[in-house]
Amino acid sequence: MLNKYPLWKNLLIVFVVLLAAVYSAPNLYPDDPAVQISHESQDVTEFELGTITDALRAANVDYFGDTIEGRSALVRFHNLEDQLRGKTVIEQTLGSGYFSALNLAPTTPGWLQAINAGKMSLGLDLQGGVHFLMEVDMDAALQRRMENNVSTIRQLLRGERIRSRSLSLESPNLIVARFDDESTRSQARALIRENFADLQPVNREQDGSFVLELSLSEADILQLQRDTIAANKTTVLNRVDSLGVAEPVVQQQGANRIVVELPGVQDTAQAKRILQRIATLQFHLEAQPGAASTSYTTYEYQGQMIDVSNDVILQGDRVSNVRSALDQQSLPQVVINLDAQGGEQFSRVTRDNIGKLMDIVLSETKTRSTFEPGPDGQMVEHQETYEEKRLISHAVIRAALGREFVITGLSTTEANELSLLIRSGALAAPMYFVEERTLGPSLGAENIKQGTQAVYLGFGLVLVFMVFYYRLFGLLANVALAVNVLLLIAIMSIISATLTLPGIFGIVLIVGMAVDANVLIFTRIREELSNGLSPQGAIKAGFDNAFSTIVDANVTTLLVGIVLFSIGTGPVKGFAVTLMIGIATSMFTAILVTRALVNLVYGGRNVKELSIGNFA
Amino acid sequence: MAILGKQFDFMKYRKLFGILSLTAVLISIGSLIFNSLQLGLDFTAGTLVEVGYSQPVAVSEVSEKLRAGGYEDAQVVAFGSDQDVLIRLPVDDSISEEEMAGTLVSLGNDILGVLRQGTSAELTLNRLEFVGPRVGEELAESGGMGLLVALGIVMIYVAVRFQSKFAFAAVIALFHDVLITLGIFSITGMEFDLTVLAALLAIIGYSINDTIVVFDRIRENFRISRKGTPYELINLSLTQTLSRTIITAGTTQLVVCAMLIMGGESIQGFATALTLGIVIGTYSSIYIASSLLLYLKVTKEDLMVPVREGAQDSMP
Repeated sequence: MLNKYPLWKNLLIVFVVLLAAVYSAPNLYPDDPAVQISHESQDVTEFELGTITDALRAANVDYFGDTIEGRSALVRFHNLEDQLRGKTVIEQTLGSGYFSALNLAPTTPGWLQAINAGKMSLGLDLQGGVHFLMEVDMDAALQRRMENNVSTIRQLLRGERIRSRSLSLESPNLIVARFDDESTRSQARALIRENFADLQPVNREQDGSFVLELSLSEADILQLQRDTIAANKTTVLNRVDSLGVAEPVVQQQGANRIVVELPGVQDTAQAKRILQRIATLQFHLEAQPGAASTSYTTYEYQGQMIDVSNDVILQGDRVSNVRSALDQQSLPQVVINLDAQGGEQFSRVTRDNIGKLMDIVLSETKTRSTFEPGPDGQMVEHQETYEEKRLISHAVIRAALGREFVITGLSTTEANELSLLIRSGALAAPMYFVEERTLGPSLGAENIKQGTQAVYLGFGLVLVFMVFYYRLFGLLANVALAVNVLLLIAIMSIISATLTLPGIFGIVLIVGMAVDANVLIFTRIREELSNGLSPQGAIKAGFDNAFSTIVDANVTTLLVGIVLFSIGTGPVKGFAVTLMIGIATSMFTAILVTRALVNLVYGGRNVKELSIGNFA
Repeated sequence: MAILGKQFDFMKYRKLFGILSLTAVLISIGSLIFNSLQLGLDFTAGTLVEVGYSQPVAVSEVSEKLRAGGYEDAQVVAFGSDQDVLIRLPVDDSISEEEMAGTLVSLGNDILGVLRQGTSAELTLNRLEFVGPRVGEELAESGGMGLLVALGIVMIYVAVRFQSKFAFAAVIALFHDVLITLGIFSITGMEFDLTVLAALLAIIGYSINDTIVVFDRIRENFRISRKGTPYELINLSLTQTLSRTIITAGTTQLVVCAMLIMGGESIQGFATALTLGIVIGTYSSIYIASSLLLYLKVTKEDLMVPVREGAQDSMP
């Protein structure tokens, strides 16, 4: 019989629709505003949680769902206002050492979480917050590296009694050395070649002096840029963590930029001050047993308490390069290069301290809130900055160390982590803000309201029109259209795409354009009917003939969508994503789902007339 | 004519509309050259601050306060209602990026501080956008590049799936759509920002979609019918696709109008561009793309199904 889908095809469609329904379901469960409480070294227990809930009750802040999750505690609130008040109360209640962070706690049922069904996240334009684009000053990074090289070369030449007429950095990537004669220059060249594998030497004769030009190759500069941006990204990540923002985004964009998105943050000045700061690094020796307690500081390192002498043997700005590598036995190690002055200083200290322990401390400036009673008796929040110091390496000095030394006895992950941390302290370059977008939460809510209203209105108008114009076929197309939106939301949830305002309008536009495929099919069916085909024949011919047109028309639109995605940033990308996914899903629903529905209604029986509106 | 069924004589007016389109394109180019575009913050770089007042406020009052507060270059306009103002600050070329980063840290708060003086209204910082000069330049560059790449890709696809005359006609139609939309933005002085650029690409997507549907029908009719001149066959194809063309343009226009009405201030440029683009794109499928095919003297031979090797014997 004509126009019957085999059972498997119908089942497949039902299966896909059910799957889409399940995976778009998490969007129906909005996250609860919550505060997460943790302690710097110990687990948070029921006892502390009890203290917190008592304080919240006393302050009349509505809360619910207080639980211990792993090492930290979580308290949920009914709205954002309560959440902020709650955080303040919690911070007032608990002493130092505790951290409370604003959080969004999922409310999706366990079985949905178990199958990894998540929801779309909202873009900054929908929930408010701040977006920064920071540019890392690569020239400064290069310049610092080369300045280090100049001072090291100067020392090397002096050590070997090679006289140079002058030696200086003439541009960020050009060291120029002048010598009196050819043989001095070749001596110098050999010496530099031996010590600096990455500097490319070029000989030149100028005004009677013998010039040696040294520069980094393109590849080395690229490597330097990669290292620098990784170092800066680590720094930014650490900073953002300390801001206590729920779901922050830190991403590299292009070769030298970092995108930071902080949903919900309003005080951008504060955020900026914190983000721009650079961490510092210091090398210390372990404190002598029996040393005066004022001469050392105690740090926790991998579960042990370590006393570190307060004397700094080397500052982080003497570090010229850090990388993780493998030694001859293929064991992971961290290779650290110092500049000339640092190397000399370091070899003097380490020579006398072989067998002792050397510690590396990373300090970062962070901020925290404290509360003091104000003049009117109300508690007033103060922001204070403090230095957070961390011991990141604790290793035995095996020999007198020079300009290049290694830290061994690490796992590969540890080596990578350590080199990143050292870099973030020593090699992070200055950053500038090249773009900022701040959006108040009320404007975000307004955008959501306007967006959803536009979707409802547009969707409603199209549905009404389709039924009016194509009768029963229009109704079937509407069902397909609804399935289309369901699929679109399901796919966007599965890839956890970010929904932005332009993204919502992408959905609106897709709704308008998605009916196109059905319109193509239906006008074709009408045409075939007027050509004298039987209703069943017209349905088949209509779907078959329209197919290649639909594919061609949609593929070109899809191609344009890909271009849009690749050039776009932020909101425009969101629009492109919905457009592309929508085109794919609309082809599925308009062709397969509508056909299945039409087949269910008309297929396999004798039909005299189709309810597809009047045809001329 | 009866053999080919009912048809409208679209192509009869091709000269008239051709001249009309050409004029429109020339006017648009002229305006783009002499008027240029009112580029938005995304491309020009600078700072934009949207401040919400708890009670109506006069634009002149706000700009006076800003001038007194040291922001001489600030431009103030009302935004949406009389309780929202939009303040634009140009990039100061005289200071370095480093210094700029320093002053920007507290710019939003500074402006609010200046505006709060001597008013009982409550002020909120709704939005602050800062785009650095280099970022703006790059966005403009990648945007222009994106448009060209999109046109190029479409041209290649149509050339492969159809034929080079079709590809040429389609791309000219797209240029026509983009130029006239840009021209209207230039003449009316509407702001051209990143979302309008996105709309422009969406218009390319919509217009090529529409053109392909018509081309597909033309190809089909050229292949199956033994009678009829290209002139008649193109008219027939346009007639056959006309109802689809109108309905799709109509439904898309319905949702875009919903955006225009409900979407709020920030989406106006985007929705306006799309509204224009849908009309122009629909028109261009008929009077640019299809009539260009006639001028290019498209023949049935152009659209013969390519003969596969080995199947040659079956040809008479």
